[in-house]
Amino acid sequence: MTDPAWIDATLAAARPQAVAALLRYFRDLDAAEEAFQDACLRALRSWPEKGPPRDPTAWLILVGRNAAIDASRRQGRYQALPPEELLSDLEDAETDLAERLDGSHYRDDVLRLLFICCHPDLPATQQIALALRVISGLSVKQIAKAFLVSEAAMEQRITRAKARVAGGDAPFETPGPVERAERLAAVAAMIYLVFNEGYSASGSATEARGPLCDEAIRLARLLLRLFSAEPEIMGLTALMLLQHARSPARFDADGAAILLDDQDRSLWRKRMIDEGLALIDKAMWRRRPGPYQVQAAIAALHARATKPEDTDWAEIDQLYATLERMQPSPVVTLNRAVAVSKVHGPEAALAMIEPLEPRLGGYFHFHGARGAFLLGLGRTDEARLAFDRAIALASTAAEATHIRQHLDRLTRESAAKV
Amino acid sequence: MLYAILCYHDEDTVCAWSQEHNDKVMADLGAVEDKLAKAGRLGPVARLMPTTAATTLRKDREPPLVLDGPFAETKEQLLGFFVIECVDLNEAIETAKELGVANPGGSYEIRPMALMRPGVLPL
Repeated sequence: MTDPAWIDATLAAARPQAVAALLRYFRDLDAAEEAFQDACLRALRSWPEKGPPRDPTAWLILVGRNAAIDASRRQGRYQALPPEELLSDLEDAETDLAERLDGSHYRDDVLRLLFICCHPDLPATQQIALALRVISGLSVKQIAKAFLVSEAAMEQRITRAKARVAGGDAPFETPGPVERAERLAAVAAMIYLVFNEGYSASGSATEARGPLCDEAIRLARLLLRLFSAEPEIMGLTALMLLQHARSPARFDADGAAILLDDQDRSLWRKRMIDEGLALIDKAMWRRRPGPYQVQAAIAALHARATKPEDTDWAEIDQLYATLERMQPSPVVTLNRAVAVSKVHGPEAALAMIEPLEPRLGGYFHFHGARGAFLLGLGRTDEARLAFDRAIALASTAAEATHIRQHLDRLTRESAAKV
Repeated sequence: MLYAILCYHDEDTVCAWSQEHNDKVMADLGAVEDKLAKAGRLGPVARLMPTTAATTLRKDREPPLVLDGPFAETKEQLLGFFVIECVDLNEAIETAKELGVANPGGSYEIRPMALMRPGVLPL
């Protein structure tokens, strides 16, 4: 029971709920974090000896709050409180607190903490950094490594984000239904940002950023446990599980990206896929569709195909059409065109993306897809030009390498003809 | 007598396990299961998905009500079970302790079984 790994896992799991509750008491992010830190230190001292308390989260909240109040009292502001060594025996205090925690305001505590990190004034990278620091409890060093910046720069970024959040109107009142729905949507978007920060990493950054995917899934599960009847949160969780399940197959030994069609599907993580499929199935049963559910349904069709040729591209085409209606965007249309090329051929796909050129002309994937469609039509010279443009726009070495493989194949084939 | 050993644990903690820790727990449990299987005492074993994947049907009313989430909101959740043949409660407790060494944290509920049908699913 007092195995240090178990204590670490418990502290990590309790963190979002404990910091969220402490934030309600102190109404100050730094104070809440410090109080939680303090409680963790005391847990590391007390738990190995006395065994873990019945409700570790309640223990940490109570001890964190008392430690902070105790510190204030020493500055002459409050009355004395019992030392935390007694708290494991203070079943009544713990039970009382645990019961209050089970109430609905506990849900809103966690939602508030997550929502604070989604402050509209914060750029996406700061939202992610703040969430990873405050909610997930990653160290500044770990976050800096994931963002490929120095520790000092990341420290500064987080401090600045916190100052901006503190300056705003922190939403401490209990939200109404409409507000709660808005907060949920903002938080879902932030969690997906965290996920994509990890998922879009390639090459040497994969190792440093990979944990962000796990972290995002953990946050989504936390949110889903608190808001268990929200199909879009089920969809988001399913989407991330289904995408992350492919991780072991996404890169070759040199760190170059492997296309979905070429991945060794036996490497996909079956347990994650099963959970993702169960969740999207459950979400769709509610018949309240949304963009995360549609994207998860697309990912599910890929996950269900044991061989690439078994993929139900017609259904994927339909789902992308639905997504286009919900969230019109040239990138969605571009993705749909890939499905269209499989169902109706490259000519239809090319016709579909030609109108996107003005908006996506600076987008790597646009020229990559266009090149592939042109290649499918045998228009090799135009394909070569499209691939050249894609390489010029590639933002990672893995992207460039992938396109270069197309070009090399083209060169070899034309050489063979001569 | 057949006993069900029902596994309760905080699923937030279990979901926060690293892949390595998860693999180690499963391997350690597998070793205990192998021993029980060799002794001819091991029945079905199941690991349940997190309660976020659960749906509850309230059938005490007409029409029945479908709710998202597990039947009971508890601090520790039912995350799996073992079915094991034991001569008596004492042996069941000893077996549960052995499984507990492989997978510390949480609780096991040791529950004698009144009926078990093997079913028809190929396993």
